[in-house]
Amino acid sequence: MADKKKKFMQGNEACSEGALYAGCMFYAGYPITPSTEVAEMLSVRLPKIGGVFMQMEDEIASVCAIIGASLGGAKSLTATSGPGFSLMQEGLGFACIAEIPCVIVNVMRSGPSTGFPTGPSQSDVMQAKWGTHGDHPSVVLTPATVQEIFYETVRAFNLAETYRTPVIVLYDEIIGHMREAIALPEPGEIEVIERKKPTCKPEEYKPYAQSNGSIAPLAAYGEGYKFHVTGLYHAEDGFPTNNTKLIGEANERIVNKINKNADKICANEEFYTDDAEIGVVAYGVSSKSAKFAVKEMRKKGVKAGLLRPKTIWPFPDKAVNKLAKQVKAILVPEMNLGQVYYEVERASKGQCEVKGIFKVDTEAIHPNQIIEEIKKFT
Amino acid sequence: MGYRYEMRFSGSGGQGMILAGIIIAEAASIYDGKMASQSQSYGPESRGGASRSEVIISDEEIDYPKATSIDAMLAMTQEACNKYNKDIKKDGVLLIDSTEVKNIPKGDYKVYSFPISTVARDELGKIIVANIISLGMIVELTKIVSHDAIEKAVLSRVPPAFLELNKKALQIGFERARDLKPLS
Repeated sequence: MADKKKKFMQGNEACSEGALYAGCMFYAGYPITPSTEVAEMLSVRLPKIGGVFMQMEDEIASVCAIIGASLGGAKSLTATSGPGFSLMQEGLGFACIAEIPCVIVNVMRSGPSTGFPTGPSQSDVMQAKWGTHGDHPSVVLTPATVQEIFYETVRAFNLAETYRTPVIVLYDEIIGHMREAIALPEPGEIEVIERKKPTCKPEEYKPYAQSNGSIAPLAAYGEGYKFHVTGLYHAEDGFPTNNTKLIGEANERIVNKINKNADKICANEEFYTDDAEIGVVAYGVSSKSAKFAVKEMRKKGVKAGLLRPKTIWPFPDKAVNKLAKQVKAILVPEMNLGQVYYEVERASKGQCEVKGIFKVDTEAIHPNQIIEEIKKFT
Repeated sequence: MGYRYEMRFSGSGGQGMILAGIIIAEAASIYDGKMASQSQSYGPESRGGASRSEVIISDEEIDYPKATSIDAMLAMTQEACNKYNKDIKKDGVLLIDSTEVKNIPKGDYKVYSFPISTVARDELGKIIVANIISLGMIVELTKIVSHDAIEKAVLSRVPPAFLELNKKALQIGFERARDLKPLS
């Protein structure tokens, strides 16, 4: 019999469902394969609940629109792929320095440039961290199943609101277009964090006030609080400043509010890592190939284990370091020519061999490819 | 012990191969209570070009969503048949649309040949339901999902005006596959 709570849906649909569950009321975007279904679904759903869906002229406008909507008090979202994500970098930096919560979904396709639009890839991992200039906070989530896209989209909104910062949900075409049965939780079943609003009088409001790393509440435009928002370094009142002490403090603060909370933001799945002698660190679709490979190896008595980051930035240094201590080698399969591989190497601090398995022909990494590499260390 | 059943639906863009995959995966997961995942690979064209959809059915969580060793495959075009038959396992099933596929690949799997598109066009007046006839045939040949499940899944995906047509297409698939013998 059909289970009423189970729904068969695509990763991108699950992303839209997650956004709606989290209370997203504004979407602006420009359609692009392989992310378009996120927009398609929200274009139907948002107007029905009093939300706003806007198709913009390009991705620069899209990211600016969600920043504006967020300043208006709405939880807001855009979804894109590599070419659009490149255009969004300036706005992303603005949201970082102006501390405006918003969620950007990047469904990765083959690049650079327009590349191969329908071909999956994992080559925007470094762009998600360093695409916009300047030292800035990065929170990037990498779900690997349809159900997880739902949960991680909700978590993305929660983190954005908690830390007043943009959050990126990063997955590949395969996960985005894959369909599985998922269970949609009832309202209240999982936590949804709402934005902290100021309680002071409007004339006393300082949008960037802080003490001991606290994060100031963000007023919504139109509710009587008048304040200035700029991409220039600013003082507590939001107006630009040339004070070098304030500039330095502000830059450190926006980065540290994430890095110092990395333990709370990082989330990993550990699969047979307890007694592992050979480790695999993989995310997104490549973690699915890796899991298959680890299961096969375990059947043959080989002690392989998988560490799968659900948060790729901040990087799970501690978890990787711990794994590096106990294994002979860590393999890093990814659909790019080596990105997370170098981070694993850095975090391993020379305690074990680190080897990359790279593939950019737009076909998923076959589990056998990982199995062959694991065998070399047995 | 968990099992992993792999299927591939291949043809050219516009023939409904991705939809066929979605429907059978939905039949397995929503109506038959199994685990299923469906993924796809296609070009930027909305018509033409090679298109394929892969379905994994299991009784446990499915990690890798792509086919590794195929239990059952459908090929609606010669190009798709040539390109994708390599991964079919020993004693697996290959169903070809003989309307399009003239060169039959050699392998240690069972090949079933039927003029799917011709029957869709001549008997149902709509070549567009060839994918639904194929679904009926694949289900009859493999028994991987129940008749009831596939019928519910098909009917939940088609617009009301086309319910009867799709029902008929599915029935034709069941019936014609019942006595179909593999090519020797």
